[in-house]
Amino acid sequence: MFDPLYATDGESFRPVRQMMEGLVGFKPGTADVEPKLAESWTNSADGLTWNFKIRQGVTFHDGTKLDAAAVCYNLDRMYSQTGAGATQAQYWADNMGGFKGQKDDAGKDVPSLYKSCTADGDTAVVKISAYTSKFPALLGLPSFSIQSPTALKKYDANNVQASGEAFTYPAYAMEHPTGTGPMQFGKYDKTNGVIELDRYDGYWGDKATVSKILFKVIPDETARKQALQAGTIDGYDLPNPADWDSLKADYNLLIRPAFNILYLGIDMKNNPALKDLKVRQAIAYALNRKDFVASQLPEGATVALNNYPDTVDGWTKDVEPYDYNPDKAKQLLTEAGQTNLTLNFWWPTEVSRPYMPDPKSVFTAFSADLQAVGIKLNVTSKPWNGGYLDGVEANKPDLFFLGWTGDYNTPDNFLGGSLALNNPENRFDTGSQPWGKTLASEVAAADAEPDTAKRNAMYVELNKKLASEYLPDIPISSSPPALVLAKNVTGVVASPLTDEDYAHAVIGQK
Amino acid sequence: MLRYIVRRLIQLVVVMFVLSLLLFLWLRSLPGGPDSAICGERCTPDQRVAMRHALGMDQPIWVQYFKYMGRVFTGNFGYSSGVEPGTPAIEVFLHRLPATIELTIGALIFAIVLGIPLGYFAARRKGGIFDNLGIISSLVGIAIPVFFLAYLLKFVFAVKLGWLPDSGRQSTDLAQPATRVTGFFVLDGLITREWDASWDAFRHLILPSIALGTIPFAVIFRITRSSVIDVQNEDYVRTAEAKGLTTQVIRRRHILRNAMLPVVTVTGLQVGALLAGAVLTETVFAYPGLGQATAIAFQLRDFAVLQVLVLASAATYTLVNLVVDLSYALIDPRIRTR
Repeated sequence: MFDPLYATDGESFRPVRQMMEGLVGFKPGTADVEPKLAESWTNSADGLTWNFKIRQGVTFHDGTKLDAAAVCYNLDRMYSQTGAGATQAQYWADNMGGFKGQKDDAGKDVPSLYKSCTADGDTAVVKISAYTSKFPALLGLPSFSIQSPTALKKYDANNVQASGEAFTYPAYAMEHPTGTGPMQFGKYDKTNGVIELDRYDGYWGDKATVSKILFKVIPDETARKQALQAGTIDGYDLPNPADWDSLKADYNLLIRPAFNILYLGIDMKNNPALKDLKVRQAIAYALNRKDFVASQLPEGATVALNNYPDTVDGWTKDVEPYDYNPDKAKQLLTEAGQTNLTLNFWWPTEVSRPYMPDPKSVFTAFSADLQAVGIKLNVTSKPWNGGYLDGVEANKPDLFFLGWTGDYNTPDNFLGGSLALNNPENRFDTGSQPWGKTLASEVAAADAEPDTAKRNAMYVELNKKLASEYLPDIPISSSPPALVLAKNVTGVVASPLTDEDYAHAVIGQK
Repeated sequence: MLRYIVRRLIQLVVVMFVLSLLLFLWLRSLPGGPDSAICGERCTPDQRVAMRHALGMDQPIWVQYFKYMGRVFTGNFGYSSGVEPGTPAIEVFLHRLPATIELTIGALIFAIVLGIPLGYFAARRKGGIFDNLGIISSLVGIAIPVFFLAYLLKFVFAVKLGWLPDSGRQSTDLAQPATRVTGFFVLDGLITREWDASWDAFRHLILPSIALGTIPFAVIFRITRSSVIDVQNEDYVRTAEAKGLTTQVIRRRHILRNAMLPVVTVTGLQVGALLAGAVLTETVFAYPGLGQATAIAFQLRDFAVLQVLVLASAATYTLVNLVVDLSYALIDPRIRTR
């Protein structure tokens, strides 16, 4: 399925990023915004009106021209999703809120960040309902890529339906994705599990250096490694950190800047003991995060002090660090009258995430730490898609592991997007706390502050309070994922957003 | 005979119906579901509810089942939510079926061509070096886990020696894209006279076939051996010798033919085991067949694909056993006359 509006997974976005572009993009190797299909932009003082000057001379893969009207058609199309399409367009819902005419259970309009888009010559004038620090960075998400209006209409792109326990997609998403990128869709050979992209010679920028990119589906990580070793493929994503050292000798191992966070979530809903800050602090002191990062995580991983990586605005080292101190943990438990504390501790199986390559090692390390300070654990392991995520969202565990890979470089993508601290009804049940609503309003207020300096100061303050007063979770680590390429493949820059450009790779002699 | 076949086919329909119900209930009693896989860690609780509602997963289980059966009777077996999102589950099955059949045939040929002659000769020279070597190799065949053997074969013959391809069904760098006729790549190449495509597909089959065929080889070897040992001591063999028949006739007509009955039964049963083994072999060799689809579908809770794959696998198993039963009649005239 190649219509990024309906995709949420990295596997779908990998080919899409070679074929499609957004109004804004990200500087290679960073999460910082740069012009893409919009060559420049300005905004009104209140941050509610944005004028994007559309790049001239850009054509879609079907030969039609990119202009401001095409941009507005795309944004309106995203906003106008209904039914199954609205359910599937998750990135829109996450970042923009509601869809046109969408009502909640009480019959009220679901608020939307997006209001309108009007073509004014070569400028697309986009109006939004409230200032947010995420704008315009969020327009660089692959889901918001600008696609050919002609192709979208011709192949009935909005015709997404729910059928049984799955969605069905129109011909556009299956066979005719049409963007402006350096590569265009060739074919998807389902029988062999190979996606073929061909060079688009009408590309507006530097033409692709490769004539074809073949993405081969190899679900098993060891099989991917052996395919590289056998020379069948030129590279693969997410090598096991345990293999990094051996791969470095013979291949180009590209380590991405760590742009993710792993945390231990504390759900305060079911266990009254956890409502006491001292107990949550005791848990934080009990965890030997430094030792865990050094012994279990790959090179470049760091202990997390804030709820997002240190490259994101508002990060501060001036937070309560909770250095490993089991004695202090025991003392706090005693003070809280919780020397006989039992917690329901969940960890996931059948999954590997960039921020958590091996969940079992995470669980093993931290369960031992907690038991060492006298906390008893009722342990539950569940498959990631087999009850773990559902259970966490349904507030079943007391402690759980989860994380997030950033979409773009703003704190709200982590605090509001991932942790949902702007919504009191979250997986930590912060709403049940006396400070829950304050926290939610603080997160929302920081995001809505247009002045960058003021906003960053607000985030610094928020990060301090999250560590010392609220503590709904304990940030554990930021861990860099990697990709590996054959020695003769160069010119690919590792991106913290997995936004690698393979179209301009240089293939040398083997 | 015809009545017997019809009765067995009716049994098959009943088995399929009961299995579909059990499977439907079992899959939905598992924690998680396709909504979890689609949502990932990004969905908010509200989005999760909306997703389950859109997919009809918030309805009572019996409503879901009747809706499902209603769709099945109109030929709609549902759509894939994870293996190939948006593709009809039956299409996922159909375009992957030839891959797994090719692999299964490859594995069976490996197992039969090696297992029966070696088992026969081991029995003829019972207790000798050849017999002992055969027993040891069959033991090793059973004892080594399929996935380990598969990784080992790949490491030696694909990675280190570079003699054979490491994964997939066909190379992506063929001079001419292969023409697809039947979906059986080796056969397609022969039909279209694209010899290089046929040879390439055959080379891709060798390692997975050996990995998958090792256990059936071991089983067939051992059953052949013990069966031949039993038969060659039977009275009718001694009678045949007393009548002065040539050794060749005795071996072919009296020993081998009688000894084949249990071998055929076991070979039929091994087809079911091969389908199960294909899950591991296809995963290791990134071989896009039904086994790989089953593994992905289970991980991503792709209910529609799992239902089609399990039901089809059960139907195949039942049909193969019917064929095996019928083949008895060909091998043993006593059954034919009964």
